[in-house]
Amino acid sequence: MKTPAGLKVAMLSLPGIICMQGFLLMALLFSPGVSAQVLGGSIHGNVQIDGQYYLTDSLIGAPEVPEHFLCNGFANFIYERDNFSAGLRYENYTNPILGFDSRYKGNGIPYRFLDYKNEELEITVGNFYDQFGSGVVFRSYEERGLGLDNAMDGLRVKYNPVNGIYFKGIIGYQRDFFSKGEGIVRGADLEWNINESIKALDSCKTKFILGGNFVSKYQDDQDPVYILPKNVGAGSGRLSIIHGNFNITGEYAYKANDPSASNNYIYKDGSATIVTATYSKKGFGFTLAGKRVDNMSFRSDRSATLNSLMINYLPAMTKNHTNILAALYPYATQPNGEYGAQAELFFNCKPNSFLGGKYGTDVTVNYSRAQSIDKVATGDDYGYTSDFLKTGKEIYFEDFNVEFNHKWNKKFRSIISYVYINYNKDVIEGRENFGHVYSHIGILETTWKMNSKNSLRIELQHLYTKQDKQSWALLLAEFSVSPHWFVAAFDEYNYGNKIVTERFHYYTGTFGYTRGSNRVQLGYGRQRAGIFCVGGVCRQVPASNGFTLSVTSSF
Amino acid sequence: MKKISTLVLGLLAVAAFAQDKTANRTLPKVDVKTLTGETVNSSTFDNAGKPIIIDFWATWCKPCIEELNTIHELYPDWQKETGVKLITISLDDARTMQRVAPFVNGKGWTYESYIDPNGDFKRAMNVNMPPQTFVLNGKNEIVWQHVGFAEGNEDEIYDAVKKVAASK
Repeated sequence: MKTPAGLKVAMLSLPGIICMQGFLLMALLFSPGVSAQVLGGSIHGNVQIDGQYYLTDSLIGAPEVPEHFLCNGFANFIYERDNFSAGLRYENYTNPILGFDSRYKGNGIPYRFLDYKNEELEITVGNFYDQFGSGVVFRSYEERGLGLDNAMDGLRVKYNPVNGIYFKGIIGYQRDFFSKGEGIVRGADLEWNINESIKALDSCKTKFILGGNFVSKYQDDQDPVYILPKNVGAGSGRLSIIHGNFNITGEYAYKANDPSASNNYIYKDGSATIVTATYSKKGFGFTLAGKRVDNMSFRSDRSATLNSLMINYLPAMTKNHTNILAALYPYATQPNGEYGAQAELFFNCKPNSFLGGKYGTDVTVNYSRAQSIDKVATGDDYGYTSDFLKTGKEIYFEDFNVEFNHKWNKKFRSIISYVYINYNKDVIEGRENFGHVYSHIGILETTWKMNSKNSLRIELQHLYTKQDKQSWALLLAEFSVSPHWFVAAFDEYNYGNKIVTERFHYYTGTFGYTRGSNRVQLGYGRQRAGIFCVGGVCRQVPASNGFTLSVTSSF
Repeated sequence: MKKISTLVLGLLAVAAFAQDKTANRTLPKVDVKTLTGETVNSSTFDNAGKPIIIDFWATWCKPCIEELNTIHELYPDWQKETGVKLITISLDDARTMQRVAPFVNGKGWTYESYIDPNGDFKRAMNVNMPPQTFVLNGKNEIVWQHVGFAEGNEDEIYDAVKKVAASK
């Protein structure tokens, strides 16, 4: 279970191991260890390396890569003993792969912490991630696949003096690639779980959770023209009411005037409101959610752009599609103003019912829509006024989708889906005169479990649209041999492109080996230019052609 | 601030050279949320001395759902034979975390379910990408882990559980 030797290799050559010294990595990778025991505590970690060797393919618009081989890598190490833990992440982005922000170039240890925790109190120094409520005022988090990491560097105290009362206080700077933002972020959050704290209510069927927070940032003002606020405060209140299978949760956030590059330096205040109601019981679930965001970009540096130095998190209220063609036109939150709504229904058609067949069918129906808020320009430094209850006329995004997940018999299972997406390319991608893309997507996915070890999965996807690059078809096949091997191939074909010479095939082949918590994946293919999103935050990925290598390991 | 790095590096280096080979790694102490918003510390996960499976998943992760659906059919037998408990940790964040309860109930899953909305438990457990599955022995020590899911992997998970149950 333990392989000290393998771990020592990793520890001693930490900076060199990533990208360069692959053989050392292999030593680590193929050691069967789970974790190592040290000084009465334990040490454990994980590694991820993604490399790509780029070939020239000017036809699909792949940019020249003078280095030929680009690579992202990082390794986390955590030591734990009793109430104490410490950890660090070494990152190597000496030449980040295409699509990552070019400012994410460098290597070093941008993340390290020491943490002490007992029953009531937790103190963290160094880097930490945290969020207040749903994060509309404060969230520091990482999305490594996007190259997004706004970890705090400072001090955090969490205090839980009595049952049901949770206090958090934070202060520090935010990470900005391999440096830190100049703004100081400080804040506190209090959550009161009423039923947990009052014994008499503990068994009550209706539960209440209340919370509130305040966050402020400080950044000096050296602007020669404008008088910009050096301190900007924001706060929110939240309430959850749970009654049996019902749950209603709401949060309202307010931000003082905060002229910044994101809002074109207007002095208007900002706000965000999110309300979600859910009901569920065995075999049935329903969600209804609405939100309004008005001038709510909140960053620790007023001049920051793209995904840099964001203090808060404004999630997209749309379904996160995983099928390749359904994710061709993804939505990104519009922090300067949007109305959003989403409804979703899950139900299970019981076996031997009309839609159920012998084994039952899971059905999901989902609809979401995002559109502009009402804005009336004032012509002064405040920018505009907005009527809270009025929506604007412009639709940013609309998605209707339905999915059937059905098991035919012991060997065959299928997922059939239909997706309609109305995508406002101008607003979402910040372009002009492209207008909307209306697309209809059909997907049929079937898994054939041949025997207890082998299975084959086939996906057929088709996207129909008259706009943008017109229609696409996709065929994917994945064969896996449990527990270690898989091989997959797909071809994404832009057969409907009006420009006949641009009817490209984007084909990819992948081969992977998994053993325990180690995974190696090798691939070759052509990747189309596109937008890659997680949680409504996106990055543009250029077209490319080449070999990819991806290695992940936990130990 | 460089000092913290040096200190942490120093600790890790000392740790790496001073390994003893006795106890196994147990669960870190991290707060997660129940589906109704209560805070629970991961170190309190308990199955009265019987094996535990911890499964990291998300509502947007297809192989994760496949894995949990597959185990769902086998779960009553697994429980009967070994007393195992499966704990799911959803990595859904503020965008999709409200979907988790309806989703789990809609599927009819009977697992003990928690949400890790900012990835604190994920980080403490060194999970790269979901699905990642851990098997714990009766002392809450991590004895086996696996990333990804393909049809047939459920047998491997169950083999690890049976081994733990038998070694009691």
